[in-house]
Amino acid sequence: MTAAGRGNPAVLDLQGMAKRFGAVVACDHVDLELHAGEVHGILGENGAGKSTLMRLVFGLARPDAGVVRIDGKRTAITDPDEATRLGIGMVHQHYSLVDALSVWENVALGETGRLDPDSTKRRIMEISRRYGLAVDPDAPVRDLPSGIRQRVEIIKCLAREPRIILLDEPTSALTPTESEQLFEVLRTGARTEGWSVALVSHKLDEILAATDRVTVMHHGRVTHRIATADADVPSLARAMVGHAVSLRTVTTAVDGPVPQPEEESRPQTGAPSGEKAPVLTIISASARARDGGVLLDGLSIEVREGEIVGVAGVEGNGQTALSDVMAGLLALDGGSVTVGEQTVPTGVAGAMARAGVAVIPADRHRSGCVLGMTVAENLMIPLLDRMQRRGLLRREAIRANALELIAEYRIRTPGPDTPLDRLSGGNQQRVVVARALSASPKVLVAHQPTRGLDVGAIEYVADRLRRAAGEGIGILLLSTDLREIISLADRVAVIHRGAIAGELTPPDLDMQSLGLLMGGKDAGGPPA
Amino acid sequence: MTPGTVDRPTASASGSRVGPRSGTALLYVLSLGVTLILSAGLVAATGQSPARMLGALLDGAFLAPGRWGNTLAVAAPMLLVALGMVIGVKAGLFNIGQEGQLLIGAVAMALVGTRLTGPGPVLLVGGLVLAAAAGGAYAGLAALMRFRRGVPEVISTLLLVFVALQVVGFAITTDWFLRDLDPDRPSQAVTSAALPSSVRLPVVTVFGNEFHVGLLVALAGAGAVALLLGRTVSGFKLRLLGASPNVAQQAGVSVARAGSAALFVSGALAGFAGAMMMAGGASSARLTAGFSNEIGWQGLLVALVARSKPLLCVPVAILFAALRTGAGFLAATGVDRKVVDVVQALLVLALLIPPAVQFLRERRRAVGAADFGEG
Repeated sequence: MTAAGRGNPAVLDLQGMAKRFGAVVACDHVDLELHAGEVHGILGENGAGKSTLMRLVFGLARPDAGVVRIDGKRTAITDPDEATRLGIGMVHQHYSLVDALSVWENVALGETGRLDPDSTKRRIMEISRRYGLAVDPDAPVRDLPSGIRQRVEIIKCLAREPRIILLDEPTSALTPTESEQLFEVLRTGARTEGWSVALVSHKLDEILAATDRVTVMHHGRVTHRIATADADVPSLARAMVGHAVSLRTVTTAVDGPVPQPEEESRPQTGAPSGEKAPVLTIISASARARDGGVLLDGLSIEVREGEIVGVAGVEGNGQTALSDVMAGLLALDGGSVTVGEQTVPTGVAGAMARAGVAVIPADRHRSGCVLGMTVAENLMIPLLDRMQRRGLLRREAIRANALELIAEYRIRTPGPDTPLDRLSGGNQQRVVVARALSASPKVLVAHQPTRGLDVGAIEYVADRLRRAAGEGIGILLLSTDLREIISLADRVAVIHRGAIAGELTPPDLDMQSLGLLMGGKDAGGPPA
Repeated sequence: MTPGTVDRPTASASGSRVGPRSGTALLYVLSLGVTLILSAGLVAATGQSPARMLGALLDGAFLAPGRWGNTLAVAAPMLLVALGMVIGVKAGLFNIGQEGQLLIGAVAMALVGTRLTGPGPVLLVGGLVLAAAAGGAYAGLAALMRFRRGVPEVISTLLLVFVALQVVGFAITTDWFLRDLDPDRPSQAVTSAALPSSVRLPVVTVFGNEFHVGLLVALAGAGAVALLLGRTVSGFKLRLLGASPNVAQQAGVSVARAGSAALFVSGALAGFAGAMMMAGGASSARLTAGFSNEIGWQGLLVALVARSKPLLCVPVAILFAALRTGAGFLAATGVDRKVVDVVQALLVLALLIPPAVQFLRERRRAVGAADFGEG
């Protein structure tokens, strides 16, 4: 079964697929063959270009270069309708269902011709019998739990009788049992109906369990092609995170990570000599999303003065929730956050900022900066008290503050009164960093602080974080980029399903054990 | 790369900024020109002379004796309503129920003026203050629903207009409330009693044109709102809230508290406008079923056309008031009044198209730059 299609012409043959978004190369001349009857895993970190590749095949984005052949015939896939006509179906990472409609209505959506409820429902029942995907065609999607929604998504895809099925991270919202059921469907379909399945994932165990062959992508390129039978968890982990990276490669820092005691008197209460006092203590933090999904599930972590604690993990395991809690945007259902010696209420406007917490969020446009305001206005936000006199804004002080930070953080802008949306992404990020640090915080939470930046800006932000730690600020660095974490952090915790799955300190800290923890495996345990 | 500092705008940077701006000016000229031609065509199509119509409009709005005072008196409440809209929009809240808040303000003024006794100036000031509070509280209902139950304020403020209309209808037909009980009243229409002459706004007379001091209040209001939004910490917090609720929340601006305050002030301005209209003698200083005369709706248009810039609201309010008072002189020319409504609608469109085009252009650029599938 492994070599199901070897030798036969590929059902789908991609050659030299390339796509760039601005300065970022998402797909760098990727070749891929899908054969009839195989489940093909596409493995890679976030941002490796996996989803983009699938979007190109399904016509959701147009490639800059590359040739697509279906059954050996050269084809241009211009849009999803065309892809569907060619027998390609896609199951998206985020559900593409309409909440207000029922299951059968969602399945019928996008079909042409007359609406025939009875025949659509009959087709749904048949598919759900054949593949064991139980679902009520009349149930409103709104009322369905996420596992069943995923089922509907798959039925919707299968109802168009595709030969080539693309699944983009289909299990991100599924329980392990539901995932196993899904893989069973895929394997059955491949064996009995000759489907060609592309399964995109960053979960090692699932790739091992479900696929026949694996293609590993890294930074938009294919780095490995392996038969799954020849692979195991450690080899895949190594392949996924890329080349062996020596720890602490980036050592160009000006001041280095050596913590320097501040002039300010530091509370020495109870801290053993040589041990720095904790500046941030989170104990058993739990939070739920509005729809009831678990965001944080008893997460505990501690950051000491001048320490950089990395939080590694696959995206969507609670990083955003943790960052939102520290920004005062999300209230905890249980647990506590203590800054210095003070327990800070969560979800209260400004409470975290007053306690001395600054946040560099992952999505700066959502909660980091204000695009519609000027550079100077953005830079004054944490310093409002100092920028006013009896309720009136002190314009000279605001301007002086802006000019000072622009110079100090090397923000390239025509002037302090330039709207922020005229700045490049890297310079917007410098504004966010400048703002976070200008308030002299005790704790800095940096979530993906270098995502989407060019090399120069990445170096700069990394340098700034080291300097901040040198000044005694405790830093919580949330990142999915393992290299970034390993090069910056003194200690690394791995976040998995809203809790800390394990903690590694040098010399135990290496890519492989990190990769294992992130994939939901215990680093010490056998790769079962 | 000169690290470090404030660059002079480079040629390309300044070029890309001047380009769209002059393009926008051209768009304004173009769309206003098209509007004039369309309007003239429309009038000609009804068999009348566009030139005579324009003459009548100008006479009615400004040139005939006493008319520009009238125009300014209409502009004043429109301006206040527009300012209330601006405050809401800056805080990211769309209060479109000023028509209703204005009516509630007028009810409060009528209550104080016709049902209480006391020295005129005290009743006048008390009525104005109470009207502002009532209008603010009425908008506060929408704030309560928005921040307690998540009801969009666009919908709640709009629907509250219809409730306000019912309140007015109830008030003027109910003996113990506001109904005029004077058997000798001049008209048989159901109204409240007229405000006594001692509870009216002082009138300023300039060159035979009379307008009440409400205009000065409204102008001062425009300056105050501009100052609030541009120069004060409270105004900055409001703008922060509107521009990014998440950043505002982090910085200590409570979304619910600041948002409610913005809605309250917004409603208070409309309520004050309603009281001012009544104390200024609108509809003979009586509360009637049609008292608001759509000033609440037109104020929204003023804010829209002025793109939420408080000082720009002043000329736009005067323009819209002029179309309204000018239309009063159209009967003599035989042009249907409704034509003026159409002309006004065209004018609003003409003034909104250029910023909309500019917005779409910038947005397309932004989307093009940020079109980024994940991984």
